[in-house]
Order: sequence, then C-alpha cells, then structure tokens
Amino acid sequence: MIHQYKSNGYYIVLDVNSGAVHVVDELCYDVIACLSGQNEEHTEETLKESAVFELLKEQLGGRYIEDELKEALEEVTELTKAGRLFTPDCYECLLEDVKKRKTVVKALCLHIAHDCNLACRYCFAEEGEYHGRRALMSFEVGKKALDFLIRNSGNRRNLEVDFFGGEPLMNWQVVKDLVAYGREQEKIHDKHFRFTVTTNGVLLNDEVQDFINREMDNVVLSLDGRRKVNDRMRPFRNGAGSYDLIVPKFQKLADSRNQERYYVRGTFTRENLDFSEDILHFADLGFKQMSMEPVVGEESDIYAIREGDLPVIMEEYDKLAKIMIEREKSGKGFHFFHFMIDLEGGPCAAKRLSGCGSGTEYLAVTPWGDLYPCHQFVGQEEFLMGNVDEGIIKPEIADEFRSCNVYTKEKCRNCFAKFYCSGGCMANAYHFHGTIHDAFDIGCEMQRKRVECAIMIKAALS
Amino acid sequence: MKHVKTLNTQTLNNTVKKGGCGECQTSCQSACKTSCTVGNQTCEQKK
Repeated sequence: MIHQYKSNGYYIVLDVNSGAVHVVDELCYDVIACLSGQNEEHTEETLKESAVFELLKEQLGGRYIEDELKEALEEVTELTKAGRLFTPDCYECLLEDVKKRKTVVKALCLHIAHDCNLACRYCFAEEGEYHGRRALMSFEVGKKALDFLIRNSGNRRNLEVDFFGGEPLMNWQVVKDLVAYGREQEKIHDKHFRFTVTTNGVLLNDEVQDFINREMDNVVLSLDGRRKVNDRMRPFRNGAGSYDLIVPKFQKLADSRNQERYYVRGTFTRENLDFSEDILHFADLGFKQMSMEPVVGEESDIYAIREGDLPVIMEEYDKLAKIMIEREKSGKGFHFFHFMIDLEGGPCAAKRLSGCGSGTEYLAVTPWGDLYPCHQFVGQEEFLMGNVDEGIIKPEIADEFRSCNVYTKEKCRNCFAKFYCSGGCMANAYHFHGTIHDAFDIGCEMQRKRVECAIMIKAALS
Repeated sequence: MKHVKTLNTQTLNNTVKKGGCGECQTSCQSACKTSCTVGNQTCEQKK
C-alpha cells in the first residue's frame, strides 16, 4: 500500500507496509502515482515489463521527456527491490498470533478520586463522578490494585501506574502512600514502577511538586490554552476561571523538571477551532512539551466537533506544522504530542498490531476497586470486568479487546495511518458506533492529518 | 538517488521476525487519554 500527498511544498510518499518515507520530486511523485494506479502490487519484476514503461509514456509523456521517465522508473524499481516501495503486506499472517497472544497486565489507571475541584464543561467523567457517586480510593483498595498488577504482570518488569481522577491531588496522601508501597514491592518482586499523575493543578504546591519530581516518570498538566478559552471550559464550581491560579504553578513545575517528562495537555472544542493559537500560547508561556486533544462529546453538545468543522481543523494542523518548523529552525522549538513520530526507532510491528492495550494490558480501577478496560469505560456496567479482590471475572471482555485490531476493522484495513494509530481509541469507537470493532470517523480524519503533518515536519527538518 | 530522498533506514516489516517484547509504554498512559497514538512511541529496546 502506498500513500502519497503534497504538503507545504513537499512531495511525500509513504510505503505503508515497510514504513519507509520518501521525499521525492514532482516527476517521481507522478510516476509513483501512475504505477500504483496501474498495479498496487508491483514487484521488481513487473516494473521491468515493457508495458509499464509504455504506460508511463502514454500517461506522462506530455509532461516529461522519455529519459526522465526512464530514470525515475529505475529509481522506483531500485526502491522496490530494496523492500522500500510496493512492499507486500506481511502482517495478516501474524493476526492469529496477535489474537491468541498471552497478555499480561502492565498498566493501571488508578481512579484515585472520583471528585473534582473544577467543573469542566466537557468532562467525560462528569466532574469526576463517572456516572456514579463521589468517592476517594482508600489505601487498602490501591494496595490491592498494585498487588493485582504485580500478580498479573508475568515477566514484564516495567509497570505503569497513572494516578487519575477526577482530580488525584484531592486524595494526595493515598497517592504518596501507594508510591511508597510500590517502591517497597518492586524490590521484592524485581519490578519497576513508572508512576504518572494527571492533574488540573488547583492543589499543586511545593510539597506536591517535589514529590512529583522525585517519584513520577511523567506528569500531565491539564490546561486548555488562552485564558478566555481555558476559563470558559474549565471553571471552578462557582463559575470563576482557573487560568490565573494554575498557569504560574504549571510554569514552575515544568521548569523544575527541566522542561522534560511532562505534558501540558489541553482539549479543544468547537468553541476554539483556532486551537493552534492555544498551542502557541503554551509555547509562549515557556512550555516545551504539549498536547492538544479534540474533545470527546455527544453530537448534541454544542461544543462537540462535527464533520463540518474538519476543513478548519485541517487548516489549523497545517498552520501549526509550518509554525513549528519555523520555531525549530530559530531555536525556539517545542514538542507537540501528535506531531511526534519516530520513523527510525518507533514501535515494532507486534505493538502496532496490538493497539492501545485497553482491556488486556491496560485496565482502569475505580475508587472501590472495580476493573474496567480503560478510564473511558468506567461506569458503563457492561464493561465491568472484575475487581481487585477477585481479579478478572469476565475474561470474555478481555478476549473481545484482544481480538480487535486494524485488520478486524474494515475502516482501518485500507487506511494508510493504521500502523501509527493502531486502530484508534476503542472507547471512542464504542461511544459513536456501539461497538469497539469500528472507528470514530471524525477522529480518524484528524489522525490521518496529524500523521501527514508529522511526516512533513520530518521532511522539512531533514 | 536523484529523484528520491528516503528519510528512514529501518523498516517495519523487519521487526516482525523478532516479535514484541512487550516492555514498551502503554499508549494511553502518555499524554492523550482520549485517542490512541502508537507511532510516536519509542521502542524500549532502542532507548
């Protein structure tokens, strides 16, 4: 499968099955388009057939001279021979192994507090309550969760635990006690815990910051961007804005971590479709690591992103990509999570085929110890998988998640971005289509655009 | 090559033979929590 596109003056060709990325000239771009239109499964041998060159002459002879076409065809043939163009799909044969793979639990999202001190309008957790009651996780439940993780992690050494909410700092003592317990247990069981925390920053202070810097591998700081954008969506319960209180604390925390191992993470909605301004606002505030996610909401929500918004969103991503290149070249670069792509050392095929791991390798734990496939399924009883006392009592739910991959989803199978998103968010698919074996179409459009922009940035900075 | 500049040397299909070690980060734990992005992660073996 070949995907080719023009972006910011670059002619880019992605050989999907090998992952090879080529920046080509217009001639070669046209030649590859013509060849893949003729036969998507060209090989070194078929490219040498005389009919192929005849076709190029017929279709492109008016624009290019014969010698040019011949030269471009030779380079295409060389790339194909080297396994970097027209690479056949060798992954389908792996699928049975992927489906039957023995998985271990390697990550937990601990819902340390189903309560929040903000009242964000778009909160999928319903201001922390997750379709249920306000609750804080006790140390005892958290301890059992860590024991469950260790017990079910097999030979896997690195274990991830995210303190999530609601707002986890509202149950801070339990976070600290669980980290201490984890550090004690990792020595006994030869494991290594990578703790992370996601916070809105309201309760952030020096003591919390020092602890986070000492113990947390990553910290996600929730902020939506410009003051008016943030305060419209992320007010306190009394309606007051949160920006002025939070921003100085986040700036201090980011600096205290040497601008590493954190993300300022925002959510954009229909009410700030010019979200590139919010990302640039983060950069202007001095942040170097940032993420900006499209909101997840009901179609009826006024802030929800609709299909008709996509053209504007695409332009925003293009605009952001160009500005990021300029800033990088002028020494003022920053990282935007969705434009980060590792073309050389990225994940292996097995990882790309197995997806995000929800329901199998990654589980969410409620304050009272129930297990769900991920934080976004919490409170949906049909996805209740078990609890920290009894473990997994509905293995069929894990089996369903394990069987879901880019080849079982019709929309993914023929998508060029399938090895970059690995099928996307299963919670979003369920939310919009009632099944995890589908894809959230608007999210897919955005994801494809982000992959294209990420590759273009690599081309521009190469 | 005169008409092509290739940006990467590794190929995804070569990683098939080795299989996955499973030590890499779980994608949702990183920054997003509402979408799935795998392609930007780093292989634990190549760190």
